[in-house]
Amino acid sequence: MDFNKELDARGLNCPLPILKTKKALGELAAGQVLKVISTDAGSVKDMEAFAKQTGNELLGSQAEGKEYVFFLKKK
Amino acid sequence: MSGKRMALIATKGTLDMAYPPFILASTAAALDYEVQIFFTFYGLTLLKKDLSGVKISPLANPAMPMPVPMPVLVAALPGMESMATMMMKQKIKSKGVASIEDLRTACLESGVKFIGCEMTVDLFDFKREDFIDGIEYGGASTFFEFAGNTDICLFV
Repeated sequence: MDFNKELDARGLNCPLPILKTKKALGELAAGQVLKVISTDAGSVKDMEAFAKQTGNELLGSQAEGKEYVFFLKKK
Repeated sequence: MSGKRMALIATKGTLDMAYPPFILASTAAALDYEVQIFFTFYGLTLLKKDLSGVKISPLANPAMPMPVPMPVLVAALPGMESMATMMMKQKIKSKGVASIEDLRTACLESGVKFIGCEMTVDLFDFKREDFIDGIEYGGASTFFEFAGNTDICLFV
């Protein structure tokens, strides 16, 4: 999937992946896509909840081994 | 903005209990909540520039996981509190959990408002210069002005 910015949140625990995602989205323009890579298993549910509550669309979410990759489209 | 609001009261000044208010507040802010935390009694310790006084004690905490079982009398020995704090901080770092300093900064950067309890400052003879900048000071009535119109209000 195409993306405009990548955020490496590997090794970070709750709530850091979400806080960093929020910050990274702030640097994007509306419609641009952020890719987030995380190793925190809790971030799968958290990222869904974040997208739902903030209106930034979660385009994709996939597990690659012990890593989780998310694509978020900025509102 | 979601238009939602959250108010917290932070009353405790230990390392473990410093986490809930800062985690909730920084996350709520990331979810576009407007957030205020009222720091009172020992909670005010969390607003000091120097956070080295924020420690964890193995005493009176039977739920604290220990690498080796430790009798209460041993846990009461001088230096045990500092050792427990050091071990907990190492664990926090190795697990990728944010430090209290980092979470506090995240709160401030995302617009969380900190209110320091004026009465506690006076009661414990705290000095304002020992606290970080950007704090508002007030009393219970100041807290209610915001808390009275929130979606979530928690006492931590």
